[in-house]
Amino acid sequence: MIKIDFYTVFWREMVVLKRRLWKFLVSRMVSPFLYLVAFGWGLGRSIQMNGGNYLQFVVPGIIALSAMNTSFNSVGTSLNMSRLYHKTLEEYLIAPISAFSVVLGNVLAGSLRGILSSVIILGLAYVFGAKITVNFWFVLVVLLTCFLFASLGVVAAMTIDSHEDMSNFSTFVILPMSFLCGTFFSSEKLPRLFHYFVELLPLTHASQSLRAIALGYDFPAVSLLVLFGYSLVLFAAGVIVVRRVR
Amino acid sequence: MIQLQQLSKDYAGIKAVVNLNLEIKKGEIFGLLGPNGAGKTTTIRMLTMLTKPSGGKAFINGYEITRDLFDVKKEIGVVPQHMNLDIEMTTWENLELHGRLHKMPKDDRRKRIQELLDYVELSDRAGDLVGKLSGGMRRRLMIARALMHYPHVLFLDEPTVGLDPQTRRRIWDLIRRMNNDGMTVLLTTHYIEEAEMLCHRVGIMDRGQLIALGTPEELKKRVGEVVVESLNQGGTEYKFFADREQALKYVGSFKQNVIIRESNLEDVFVELTGRKVGD
Repeated sequence: MIKIDFYTVFWREMVVLKRRLWKFLVSRMVSPFLYLVAFGWGLGRSIQMNGGNYLQFVVPGIIALSAMNTSFNSVGTSLNMSRLYHKTLEEYLIAPISAFSVVLGNVLAGSLRGILSSVIILGLAYVFGAKITVNFWFVLVVLLTCFLFASLGVVAAMTIDSHEDMSNFSTFVILPMSFLCGTFFSSEKLPRLFHYFVELLPLTHASQSLRAIALGYDFPAVSLLVLFGYSLVLFAAGVIVVRRVR
Repeated sequence: MIQLQQLSKDYAGIKAVVNLNLEIKKGEIFGLLGPNGAGKTTTIRMLTMLTKPSGGKAFINGYEITRDLFDVKKEIGVVPQHMNLDIEMTTWENLELHGRLHKMPKDDRRKRIQELLDYVELSDRAGDLVGKLSGGMRRRLMIARALMHYPHVLFLDEPTVGLDPQTRRRIWDLIRRMNNDGMTVLLTTHYIEEAEMLCHRVGIMDRGQLIALGTPEELKKRVGEVVVESLNQGGTEYKFFADREQALKYVGSFKQNVIIRESNLEDVFVELTGRKVGD
C-alpha cells in the first residue's frame, strides 16, 4: 500500500508542476545563466584551476548548488505553506496514509524538480563550452543530493513555525553552504579548522564528488557514503516530524 | 455511532476540553454550540485525529480514535472551518486527490466525482481552479470532498461561518439532504439559528465543558419557553415563563415597554453562564 500512497502524494505534485512547467523551467535558468556568465565568461577567463579552465571547475559546483536550492525550496516552502497557511496538509493527515508515504511522495517530487534544474544547467554549461563527463555515478550523486536536501526541506517545513523563520533558515543554513562548500573554490583553501567544519556539510561532498567524476579525478567513495548517510538520516527525521505533527 | 468518554485536552496547562462525556446516535445531526474558545473545534480536531487527546477515550462506529487510526479515518469525513482546498488544483482534481488517498479504484473514483459534483451543483465548475470559485462554492466542494469515500460520519466545523444568508441556507439544505441519506452529522456552530434549524440534539459547551445537553425544545423548556425582556436601570432584564399566559400576567402591571417572545438557545446559554454566546 505504501507504493500507491506515496504515488498519490507524488501525483499531486506532478499535476501542479505540469501546470506551471514552463514557468518553472524558465525560472530555473536565470541563476545558473548568471553564474555561468559571471564565473565562466567574466571572472573565469582570468582564472586557472588545477591547470584547467575555471568554467570546467565551477559547473559541477553550480549543479550541486542548484540541486540543493531547488530540492530544498520546492519541498520546504510549499510544505511549510501547506502546513501553516493553506492548511492543505490536513488532507494528508486525515487520510489513511502513513507519514512515510507523505514524506516519500514529497521528497521524490522535490528531487525530480532538483534533477530538472540540474539538467538545465548541464545543457547551459555545454552551450558555454564546458566539457564534463556525465556517467552513472554523476547521476547518482545528483539524485542523492536532491533527495537529501528535499528531506531537509521536509524537516524544516514541519518544525519551523513561521514563514519568516523559514526564510531565516535559508539565510543561516542554505546560503552559507552555497558559498563555503566548494561551489566556487576548493574548500581546501580555507583555514584548517574552517575546512574541517565545512567537510562535515553535505553540499561539500556533493560538489567534490560531482567535480571529481566530471573532471576524471579519483572516485570519491567517502563522499558518496556521506551523502547516503545524510539522505537516510534526514529522510528518517522527516518521517518522525510528520508523525509528530498531531 | 460516536462515544466520548472523559475526553480531555490540555494545551500547556490550559484546559481546552475537560472530561467530555457524550454519545451521538446513528443518523443524528448533533450540534456543539458555544462561544469561540469553548472547546468545540478542539473536540472536533481530537475526533478527526488532528490533535491527540490528553486524556479519555473516543469511539467512532466502535473504533477507538487513537488505537484504530486507519479504520477511523475511513469512517469519517471532515469539513474544517477554514478553507483547506488545494488552490493549485481544479475542482475535479481536489476530489480526485481525495479518492486516490482513500485508494478508490479509478472507475469508482470517476463515477463518485461526477455524482458528487451533481449533488453539490458544481458540475459546470469541474475544470476550474479552486481560486476561481466563490466562498459558497468552495464550502460545497469541501463537503463533496469529505463525502468522496462514503464515510458514515461527517464532521462539520462551523460549516456556514462567513457565508451570506442565502448560501448559508443552501448549505443547511445540503446537510439535511445528507442526513436524510443516512449520514450521522456532528457540527459545531456559534450561530443559534443554525443549531435550532438543523440539529436533532444540541450540546452547549463553555470553557471546555459540556454544560447542557438535549433537543433544542428540551433545552428551551428548561429555562422557560417564553421570555420577557424589560429595560431597567441595570440593563436588560430577562424573565422566563413556561407559557405566554404567565408572561402576560407578569407584565400586566408594567408601565414601561417590554418585549415578549419565544425563548431561544441563546437564552439558554445566557441563563446557564451569565454571558452571551458571542461574548
